[in-house]
Amino acid sequence: MIMIFGIPGPLLFGQLLLGLINGAFYAMLSLGLAVIFGMLNIINFAHGALFMMGAFASWMLLDYAGIGYFPALILAPLLVGAFGILLEKTIISRLYKLDHLYGLLLTFGLSLVIEGLFRNAYGSSGLPYRIPAILQGAMNLGFMYMPIYRGWVVLAAVVICFSTWAIIEKTTLGATLRAATENAPLVQAFGVNVPRLITLTYGGGVALAAFAGVLAAPIYSVNPNMGTNFINTVFAVVVIGGMGSILGSIVTGFALGVVEGLCKVFYPQASATVVFVVMVIVLLTRPRGLFGKAA
Amino acid sequence: MNLTRRSALTTAAAATTLPLIRPARAQGAAIKIGVMNDQSGPYTNTTGVTSVICAKQALEDFGVSTKGMNVEIISADHQNKPDLAVSIARQWFDRDGVDVLLDVPTSSVALALQSVVREKNKVYLNVGAASSALTGSQCSPNFIHWVYDTYMLSRSTGGAMVKAGGDSWYFLTADYAFGKQLASDTSDLVRKAGGKVMGSALYPFPETTDFSSFLVQAQASGAKVLGLANAGGDTVNSIKQAAEFGLNKSMKIAALLMFINDVHALGLDVAQGLSLTESFYWDLNEGTRAFTKRILPKTPKNYPNSIHAGCYSATLHYLKTVADMGAAEAKKDGVATINRMKAMPVEDDLFGKSKIREDGRNMIPAFLFEVKKPSESKGPWDYYNLKVTTSGEDVYRSLADGHCSFIKA
Repeated sequence: MIMIFGIPGPLLFGQLLLGLINGAFYAMLSLGLAVIFGMLNIINFAHGALFMMGAFASWMLLDYAGIGYFPALILAPLLVGAFGILLEKTIISRLYKLDHLYGLLLTFGLSLVIEGLFRNAYGSSGLPYRIPAILQGAMNLGFMYMPIYRGWVVLAAVVICFSTWAIIEKTTLGATLRAATENAPLVQAFGVNVPRLITLTYGGGVALAAFAGVLAAPIYSVNPNMGTNFINTVFAVVVIGGMGSILGSIVTGFALGVVEGLCKVFYPQASATVVFVVMVIVLLTRPRGLFGKAA
Repeated sequence: MNLTRRSALTTAAAATTLPLIRPARAQGAAIKIGVMNDQSGPYTNTTGVTSVICAKQALEDFGVSTKGMNVEIISADHQNKPDLAVSIARQWFDRDGVDVLLDVPTSSVALALQSVVREKNKVYLNVGAASSALTGSQCSPNFIHWVYDTYMLSRSTGGAMVKAGGDSWYFLTADYAFGKQLASDTSDLVRKAGGKVMGSALYPFPETTDFSSFLVQAQASGAKVLGLANAGGDTVNSIKQAAEFGLNKSMKIAALLMFINDVHALGLDVAQGLSLTESFYWDLNEGTRAFTKRILPKTPKNYPNSIHAGCYSATLHYLKTVADMGAAEAKKDGVATINRMKAMPVEDDLFGKSKIREDGRNMIPAFLFEVKKPSESKGPWDYYNLKVTTSGEDVYRSLADGHCSFIKA
């Protein structure tokens, strides 16, 4: 058997693959954050709560309306995205002229309120959500036993991440968006409804979080705290990738998933910390992040 | 009243400060029980408000008002933070005249409160925390441990697993006091029974949500049993993911600490076949069913587990003791009250008869349950099949092995 750093090769490959899968969640969540920060200049701390709402929305659709996993994959992001738009319209839009810190505090408060309400209604133990029948089971890859659902998560995440990137970087809509963040009054002078564009961007970022939530529902416990566990790591990912950098957040998300996965083999106790160690190193050497534009 | 936004705010502000300026009334012979537990975090469903409801049910069933006693129950959320818990407890004892501290899950918190209660000479009835150190190296004469501990869990669940041929183990351990204690108690038992421990993964608590790496490592270790030395959401997540990776087919999973609320969260199709230990099940006998029927209207979404039932049982026994020795005497001396509780036989509909040992261990039997298949379950929360009953004497650590310091003195 091949040994790499004293670890059997197959085990190591397995861990790399698992890291990639976790990275898929980091990438999707940090992508939403990066889009929102890039366009709105809001540090959206409510992202974890909205991710949780996505998972809950898919559970509710199934439990109350009998709507299954695949329709929920589209419906839940739409519903939670609409909720995000409501939040942006009524509350968050009031803060655009103020310092970042206000947005951070507001969204942090919102996430506490949202999580509290869900805890009150559904308790803390979590709710069951099954893997859809067609994605159940596993494949034997030779070096590990790979659940089909996890493979599906990576596939879905890659498709969603790169289509978001393509929309923002390669389409006219994306060009308008980017222009609006550079110079809003000028773009408005061309007859573009900038406030609406911003609202839709927030809704889109939130929908991404909810999409990740639906993907997470069958493998993680659907409970009100599920977002808080992710959100700190995801913020570190955004900082390492470079605040607001779309491609940076995707690549960093996957890469850090792998770093974390490796740490779980060599020294599991540090696996929750390793991402922050990387963050410190990056901030010391490249303060604007790996993919951040120079000032 | 003319309700403006400002007046509403002032009222709200006044309401929040109200407890601070409330005069210290009822200092006389009124008894006050403080239920402290997790009311917003991971252990909300396994302890939380349902514990408070069960304690209150004990007042009702005992007939406090008809017996002319004056007993009040208050509660607080310790958020699983030892420092916060200690400051609440000091406030309760010093200002609010609280006599009894009840429930208190989370071993780190429970251990931190041990010295506070002893210093104030109050009564500490712990139901929710697991660490066996509470009646061992960290024991106290003001303390009773009511329904379970890490030693008993490892002995009941672990012992049954080894007996059934599960002689090689891999542990998935939450990296804090409780997880380590549970893993080490179980490892000792496995080794003593001639089995071996093939490895373990200490994962960061509470930041870990994905256990797949550890599960794959466990699978690669070749062990026959996966021991989960964790609790609450972590247990639910690890079982869910173990099923996903097919571990439930190649290994036996021992959920060392699991409650019926966790089974409910998993759903029977994932949880079926798991072995777990509790000292109470709502559908065990006439007494437990009648109790659950009384409780359910007040907590319709959360069936009582062994902790909730323990809060009821502990409160009931305390009330009997107070009625016996007089409220004034009970308020005066925590140690005397605890000694009286130890001297009196414990008996109720939920746990039957038991005896409290000198070190504060309530010697009730442990039940090993197997989770039913979905096809066997006939109604809501119909989840357990009873497999093995072990008496308190056989399942708890012996007095001598606990090395409790105040016993010799």
